[in-house]
Amino acid sequence: MAFVQKFLIRVFYAVILLTAVLVLNFSMMHLAPGDVADTISQSMGGADQEVLDQIRAEYGLDQPFLVQLGRYIGNVLQFNLGYSYFFNTPVTDLILQRLPATLLLVFTAQIMALLIGVVLGVISARRPNGLASHFVTALALFGYAAPVFWTGILLLIAFSLKIQWFPVAGMQDVTVSGGFWVHALDIAKHLVLPAVTLGSVFLALYSRLSRATMMEVLGSDYVRTAKAKGLTEREVVYKHALKNSLSPVITLAGLQFSAVISGAVLVEAVFSWPGLGTLAFQSIIARDTPTILGILFFSAVVVIVGNLLTDLALRFVDPRMGGK
Amino acid sequence: MSEQVKVPEEEVVEARSPFSEAWEMFRRNHAAMAGLVVLILIVIAAIIGPPLYAVDPFEMVWAPFSPPGVDGFILGTDYLGRDLVAALLGGARVSLIIGLAAAFVTVAIGVTVGALAGFYLGWVEEVLMRITEFFQVLPTLLFSMVIVALFGASLPMITFAIGVVSWPPVARITRAEFLRIRELEYVTASRASGAKNFKLMFSVILPNALPPIIVQSALMVGSAILFEAGLSFLGLTDPNVVSWGQVIGSNRQYILDAPYTVTIPGLAIFVTVLAISLVGDGLNDALNPKLRQR
Repeated sequence: MAFVQKFLIRVFYAVILLTAVLVLNFSMMHLAPGDVADTISQSMGGADQEVLDQIRAEYGLDQPFLVQLGRYIGNVLQFNLGYSYFFNTPVTDLILQRLPATLLLVFTAQIMALLIGVVLGVISARRPNGLASHFVTALALFGYAAPVFWTGILLLIAFSLKIQWFPVAGMQDVTVSGGFWVHALDIAKHLVLPAVTLGSVFLALYSRLSRATMMEVLGSDYVRTAKAKGLTEREVVYKHALKNSLSPVITLAGLQFSAVISGAVLVEAVFSWPGLGTLAFQSIIARDTPTILGILFFSAVVVIVGNLLTDLALRFVDPRMGGK
Repeated sequence: MSEQVKVPEEEVVEARSPFSEAWEMFRRNHAAMAGLVVLILIVIAAIIGPPLYAVDPFEMVWAPFSPPGVDGFILGTDYLGRDLVAALLGGARVSLIIGLAAAFVTVAIGVTVGALAGFYLGWVEEVLMRITEFFQVLPTLLFSMVIVALFGASLPMITFAIGVVSWPPVARITRAEFLRIRELEYVTASRASGAKNFKLMFSVILPNALPPIIVQSALMVGSAILFEAGLSFLGLTDPNVVSWGQVIGSNRQYILDAPYTVTIPGLAIFVTVLAISLVGDGLNDALNPKLRQR
């Protein structure tokens, strides 16, 4: 029961956080020069003061700040994030269209980075001066210092322009026709380079941390005990040590969700991946404020859900966490 | 005149300041020294480069896509025939200025929030840490994109946008240090001797909390440079100054014809941030000799 209670408290906090995001969103929209009336009048090719006032009254822009804020939050509760005058679509629809592509990219990159990172960490912890360990050190430096969009462009030049293994841009090839698996394969092909680009940054972080924790665990008493009772090195590492070295890495991965989404914005721009990042980029150029703020809100939701999932994963790896 | 006791020369042990001790450690770290040398060269290039190499980075001086080394253009020209050397030198200025200024904003906010939270505890800590959590939920790049897009792409606004989204890690580290140090005896002693809260926070606890904060600040300069590069790659940059990310962003459609217009500025960002992170790692080893495991 303690778990259910803890989970509900987390959900409660999440709701408060999201409300705070909405207040921030709305305040920024309010403070920024120019409002919806200006945008609409611009698209009409200019309007005089009378028309502007009329539009402001129509959209409730003449009401006090708190009234407008209350109305905005009320709208969001009904899944209404406003209307995009640039795309001529409700913002929620626009975002829900693009969200799956971003989720696919973000989760593929995260899971790939975690799996490879832990494997690299374990191998290099067993041989601290081996090849894998040096690779992890180099990767850590590269992953921190290389701008992710530059890594992406380098991979693009190498693996889709010079050696034409992967497609240059997008998520699907419109000329491909066939059943579900044909399309899945097509998307997977498009996904490889963006996911590798985005994952490389986090792979660097995870492999370094996983090496450090694994080395610590391998030096601990219970590992020595396990070895003393005659288990092979392999059994000790994979049955005893690995499980205990996982939770710091998963905790770190959970904290990285907001960074992964930030990275995804740049990676999507490089590979024209049709996700939220590309949408954010387009709407910023078009000064489409409702869409930009809607994306900010949705990405906060993704981060919070990611954090909750991380908590669940931690509980699965380390049952002690449930009691706390 | 008080009488002085003569100590034989060879028995004098020089009391070394913690600074010179740290420098000694730092100097022995080859990677960190290499990083420092590269960083100094970049700073010099940024300062004296533009006046010495008097080519306007925005001016179309030659035919487009002239490859590096041809016709006297060491790094070639971009898609509009603009000189890439001039762009790199100008971009170094912008990167370093924004990197330093944004790191300053980041550290100023982070240390203030962390110090207040770690010193006062109770509801102050609770509220401040919730605010920190709130800022960690918003994807940093998206948030700063929104700020720059809504309030204008000037260098001060970009600096502010980077600083205001990047401070939570600094706040967390500062708070953790304050929580540890505030329980130490010498703090209790100065409290007992009547030191006011403000003095306790900033002249008693903070100096001893500095080592990890300094290391984090050094790394923040690197992150801020990467951040600015990302924003300007997306076109969110002051249109009146040249920056490395913006050169990459504006040339990236032509990577098939002229890959060097993208790879070279990227290399500049990479080398600069790498140098900073090597210096940061060196500082970490030098300032926290006990924490040398990683």
